Amino acid sequence: MLSVTALTMRFGGLKAVDTLSFEARAGDITAVIGPNGAGKTTVFNCITGFYRPTTGTIVLTHPDGGTFSLERMPGHRIAAAAKVARTFQNIRLFAGMTALENLLVAQHNTLMAATGFGVLAVLGLGRYRAAEAAGIEKARFWLDATGLTGRADDPAGALPYGAQRRLEIARAMCIDPVLLCLDEPAAGLNPRESEELNQLLLRIRSLGCSLLLIEHDMGVVMRISDHIVVLDHGKKISDGTPAEVRADPAVIAAYLGEGEEDEVPA
Amino acid sequence: MPGVIALRDAFLSAIVALGLFGPLVGLVTVTGDHGLALRARPIATAAVVGMVFFGRLMILAWRGQSPRKTNRALAERIARAGKYITPLLLVAAFALPFTGSRYYIDLGTLVLTYIMLGWGLNIVVGLAGLLDLGYVAFYAVGAYSYAILATTFGLGFWTCLPMAGILAALWGVLLGFPVLRLRGDYLAIVTLAFGEIIRIVLINWVSLTNGPNGITGIPRPTLFGLAFSMDGGPGTFGEFFNIEPEVIQRIIFLYYVIFGLALLTNWVSLRLRRLPLGRAWEALREDEVACRSLGINVRNTKLTAFGIGALFGGFAGAFFATRQAFVSPESFTFIESATVLAIVVLGGLGSQLGVALAAIVMIGGLEVLRDLLSILGDQLHSPFFGDIANELPLYRMLIFGLALVVMMVLRPRGLVSGRTPGVALTKTKEIAPELVAQGRG
Repeated sequence: MLSVTALTMRFGGLKAVDTLSFEARAGDITAVIGPNGAGKTTVFNCITGFYRPTTGTIVLTHPDGGTFSLERMPGHRIAAAAKVARTFQNIRLFAGMTALENLLVAQHNTLMAATGFGVLAVLGLGRYRAAEAAGIEKARFWLDATGLTGRADDPAGALPYGAQRRLEIARAMCIDPVLLCLDEPAAGLNPRESEELNQLLLRIRSLGCSLLLIEHDMGVVMRISDHIVVLDHGKKISDGTPAEVRADPAVIAAYLGEGEEDEVPA
Repeated sequence: MPGVIALRDAFLSAIVALGLFGPLVGLVTVTGDHGLALRARPIATAAVVGMVFFGRLMILAWRGQSPRKTNRALAERIARAGKYITPLLLVAAFALPFTGSRYYIDLGTLVLTYIMLGWGLNIVVGLAGLLDLGYVAFYAVGAYSYAILATTFGLGFWTCLPMAGILAALWGVLLGFPVLRLRGDYLAIVTLAFGEIIRIVLINWVSLTNGPNGITGIPRPTLFGLAFSMDGGPGTFGEFFNIEPEVIQRIIFLYYVIFGLALLTNWVSLRLRRLPLGRAWEALREDEVACRSLGINVRNTKLTAFGIGALFGGFAGAFFATRQAFVSPESFTFIESATVLAIVVLGGLGSQLGVALAAIVMIGGLEVLRDLLSILGDQLHSPFFGDIANELPLYRMLIFGLALVVMMVLRPRGLVSGRTPGVALTKTKEIAPELVAQGRG
C-alpha cells in the first residue's frame, strides 16, 4: 500500500526525520507513535505533500495496481490523483461554511468536472444538477456516519470540538481516499467520544480505506491498530503488532514508560 | 457618578477637537497688504468645539439609556430587511430615468458603474479573500481596449465589450501567475504596484495610447444598430422611432446599459457562489492549507477569481470609455482602486446587497452631501458665521471621512456582514460574521 523508504527530512541543521523506512499494508490501520518532537507530523507532511523530503521515496500502490511517487507530486495532486486524504492536528475546517458545504468543497474536483468549465453550470445547463445531487447524497452518507446530519446546515466553526473532529474526518472521506492520514484524531476527546471515534475508524477500514494514524491516546492506538511504528528523534525504534510493540523494551524506555502498562487496556 | 464622568469625557473630547479644529477651522489665510496674512476665527472654532462637546454628551446619554443590541440580532434584522430592500432598490433603479432629470440619471450611471466595479472586486476580495489594491488596472485595460479597438478598427461597442472584458481577464491571469504565491500584505503591495505600472505604461506608450492626452472620439454605443446622434438622419434612434432626437435619450440608454451590465455581474456572481468554483473561492478564504489537502488546485482557483474579477472590471472600463467618449490615464489613479475597495469593505466582504448599498452611500451620498452643505451654507449667511458658510461644501470630505470611521466602528464587518450559505440540506441559516474568515490572500 504505502511504502516509505529511507525518508530523511532536514530543516537546516535539524534532522526531523532520519532515514525512516516503514510499510503500511492495504486494509490495515497503521499507527505512528512516539514522544513529542519525534517527527511524526513531519512524516505526515512529507506523505501528504506539504513538505518535500530531503531524500527518500514514498510510494503508494492503489488496490488496482497504479503506483504514485508521492515525494515528487505537487501537494494538491496527492489528494486529487493519489487519493491520500488527511486531517490536521489543529482542526482546519472552513469555519464560516456549513458542515454540508465543507463536505461539498471536498468533492470539488468531481463536481467541477460536471460544470462544463463553469459556463454551462452558470447558465443552468448540463449535468451539474445531477452531479450536485450525487455530491449531497455522499455528504449525507458521511454526515450520517459521523452523527452530524442534524447539524448539516450549521457553520462548522459553531460545532462542538468533538463534532468538528468528526466533521474533519467526514470531509477527508469525501475525496474517496484509498489512504486516510489522521493527525491525532482523539486529541481532546472524552472517553465516550474516543470510543465512538474507534468505531468510526473501524467502519472506515471496513469500507476498504487504509488508515495511517498519529495518536497519543494509547487506548485508541492499542485497541484498533493492526500495526504500530514507533519513532523517537526521527528514527524508527520499533515496528510490529500492538502486542509486540508494547513488549519492546526500547519503546517502554523511550515512550510508554515503566509501570504504565497496567494503564493500557488490553 | 455617571454625570461627572460623562462631563469629563465630553470635556476631553472638546479639548481634542480644539487641538484639531483650532488650526483647521480657527485660522484662515487672507491676502493682506504684504502677502498672505493669518486671521483668527474664534466664533467658528467655538461653534465646532461646542458641537463636539454636546454631541459627545448626547452620545453618552443615548448609550446609557438603550442597552446595546447584540450584533447577531442586528445582523438578522438586516438580513430580513434585505429581502425587501433588494426588490425596492431594483424598482427604484429601473424607474430612475423616468424622473427625466439629467442630474439624477448621470449620478445613477456613476453609482451603477461603482456598484458593478464593487461586485467585480467582491469576487476577488470578498469571496476569494485576496486583497487587491490595483483593481483599477483592469478597469483601465477595459477602457483602453475599447478605445483603441474602436478608434483604430472602427469596431462597435457591442463587438468590443466582450473583447475588452477578455483582454482585462487575460491581464488578470497574467498578473496572477507571478503574484499569487504571495499572501496578505505582500499580495496587496504587488497588486498596488501593478495598478501603477498600467497607468504609467498608458502615459508613456504614446504611439498606442496617445499618452497623457488620452484618446478622444470614442464612438457611443448603438441600440441594435440605431445610433443616438443629434442629426436625426437615417439609421438613428430618433428617425426609427420617429421622435425628435434629444441628448437625454442617449443618457437614458447609457443608464440602462450599465444597469444591465451590473445586473449581469450580480447574476454571474450569485450563480458562481452556488457552484463548486465559488465554494472553492470561499474555502480558500477560510483555509488555504485545508483546500490543498482536499485536492483543490489553489493556484488555478485563485487565477479564476482574479480573471473573472478582472473580466467585470474590463466590462465596466469599456462602458466608462463609451460614456465619456474620452479616456486618459488620469481617470485610472490609485484613488479609484481605493474607492472601490472601500465600497467592498464598507458593504461587507462577500455581500452583494452590502456592496450596492455602500456604493450608493459613498458615491451618491457624497453628492447629496455636497448639495446639502451648499443649501445649508446659503441659509447661514450672517455676520456671525462669517465666510465659513461659503466654505461649508469644502468640508464634505471631512464629514464623509468621519461618517466612514463611525460606520466602521459601529459595524466593523461592513453594512451587511453575515454570510448566506449557497446550499442546505434542510434549511438555510445565516452565518454569523464572527465565524467567517476575511482572508489573508
